[in-house]
Amino acid sequence: MDYLLTEEQVMIKDLCRQIAKEKIEPVVAELDKSEKFPKEIMEVLAQSDLFAIFVPTEYGGTGGGILDLCIATEEFSRICGGVAVSYAASALGTFPIILYGNEEQKKKYLPDLASGKKIGAFGLTEPSAGSDASALQTTAKKEGDHYILNGVKHFITNGGDAEIYTIIAMTDKKKGARGASAFIVEKDTPGFTFGKKEEKLGIRASSTRELIFTDCKIPKENLIGKEGIGFIITMKTFDMSRPGIAAQAVGIAQGALDLAVKYAKERVQFGKSISSFQGIRWMIADMATQTEAARALVYSVARMVDAGKTNIGRESAMAKVFASDTAMRVTIDAVQIFGGYGYMRDYPIEKFMRDAKITQIYEGTNQIQRNIIGLAEVKGKRK
Amino acid sequence: MNIIVCIKQVPDTTDVRINPETNTLVREGVKSIINPFDAYAIEESICLKEKFGGKVIVLTMGPPQAETALREVIALGADEAILVSDRAFAGSDTWATSYALSCAIKKIKDYDLIICGKQASDGDTAQVGPGIAAHLDLPQVTYVKKIEEIKDASGRFERMTEEGFEIIESPLPLLITVVKEINVPRPPSLRGMMRSKKAEIITWNATDIGANPANLGLNGSPTQVVKIFTPSRRKGGKIFNESVDEAVEQIAKELKGLI
Repeated sequence: MDYLLTEEQVMIKDLCRQIAKEKIEPVVAELDKSEKFPKEIMEVLAQSDLFAIFVPTEYGGTGGGILDLCIATEEFSRICGGVAVSYAASALGTFPIILYGNEEQKKKYLPDLASGKKIGAFGLTEPSAGSDASALQTTAKKEGDHYILNGVKHFITNGGDAEIYTIIAMTDKKKGARGASAFIVEKDTPGFTFGKKEEKLGIRASSTRELIFTDCKIPKENLIGKEGIGFIITMKTFDMSRPGIAAQAVGIAQGALDLAVKYAKERVQFGKSISSFQGIRWMIADMATQTEAARALVYSVARMVDAGKTNIGRESAMAKVFASDTAMRVTIDAVQIFGGYGYMRDYPIEKFMRDAKITQIYEGTNQIQRNIIGLAEVKGKRK
Repeated sequence: MNIIVCIKQVPDTTDVRINPETNTLVREGVKSIINPFDAYAIEESICLKEKFGGKVIVLTMGPPQAETALREVIALGADEAILVSDRAFAGSDTWATSYALSCAIKKIKDYDLIICGKQASDGDTAQVGPGIAAHLDLPQVTYVKKIEEIKDASGRFERMTEEGFEIIESPLPLLITVVKEINVPRPPSLRGMMRSKKAEIITWNATDIGANPANLGLNGSPTQVVKIFTPSRRKGGKIFNESVDEAVEQIAKELKGLI
């Protein structure tokens, strides 16, 4: 399908495809096995200006938007969902500063994030606060010119490998959700350490760690926006980032489909290529149709964001739910087409199935997304 | 530090076909790429520019469509690109080609280093780089796998030989040809790609570079290609599984049959 991309978006697509082919594909299996953070690949992406595409030009970016980010994330995900999320999670950590940071914060942090010299991360989830983000335990207490952070964040993508973290912490626990605030915390700040690195089912090239704050003292200038709007910042950040995760899911689905089609053409049974059997062709047809539909939805939502539409929670959630459920279905069918070989680690397809699962879980579970969509439908917030 | 990189646009080596009737390369419909060895020359020039400043000027001799190769090089980080193109160059061998390129380099004038890939993947001669140095009367170090140091208008280079390697020091300016072990070429950057779309590609003809027409093209080329042909396919070998004595007898019989 022709999505009528701009000249620059076509360049991003071509460039990311080239990098995925030349720099990511040769090391995919090794990264998956070793669970090693793809630092060298991140350096290539930085050198190729790809961390700049979602940052405004005045802060060292190329001034692109969410669709640009989606295109890049999708292309990387076609080859490796783990590398793709390491990239996209830096954008997630950058968005709160772009959206709510003041001029000083933008000038201080965005150029290094745009150049890829520093990688970003976003810290919200805690051991007992996942979908229920209002149950956060991490606190930020104001003392003079500083805030003192205490608590633990877990499952943080790029944790330990990122340099700049946006952290959500409670400045006033009594106020519940309205008592949360967002802070910029730099790596190597005293009192900020990292816990264990998680061993994961999929997206194993990405690093996922605990962030531990023990009387971590940060200057009050690192508060993003003002006290009490931490959840608003989080929600608006997710509205921006969910299309990116949806694009990751589209890429995983497309990558699995590409491999399945190639395999179906090569695999001979009963004297014929299995791609000539209607049973396989119909599977391929459904996989292709669902993937294309997911992409169309994701790109439409990304374009809404880029056009400056606000209150896109419903659409953003729809893109994330639909694309991630599609990725799961398509990758399961792709493994099925590979048959017994698909179940073996020697073949690349099972990784896609493992990678797909997380897209239904993170950045708000698909059940939470359905709450958002359902609420908008019932309360009549449809655009 | 100003660096000139000489590149060549070649047919994609994974897709070379030969017309069986004319025994010439089929160029129609074959994708053109930058000679893979030249990619290492470009990367090395960009690394040196990052380290020492200055600019990278890329030079190619070829038909007008070689401009696409030059745009790719700008996307990789080169500052200027010059296409030397003229019908008078048609049929040039390595001597005439290196002569024409040396004339263009004389016109550029201000340079410290010339870098070429060790050879082109289509002709495989490895003569144009050394030829340029000879025409310009410059020192040359071929098959460089590492630039050890560049300091005080002199450089130290590690070059590969069949037996091992040599370390050679030379004053600048000089010409080096590089092997693939020297670096890992980077992909283009987005900003580079945007710049390359709009970049001006300078085009010079034979007159612009002040070349002597007698030294150009087919007439200026000491090498004349008499025939290009595809070598006949070798038949597969034969394995004799019999006992040694029997096998010897069989082999002797086979060999007699060939005489």
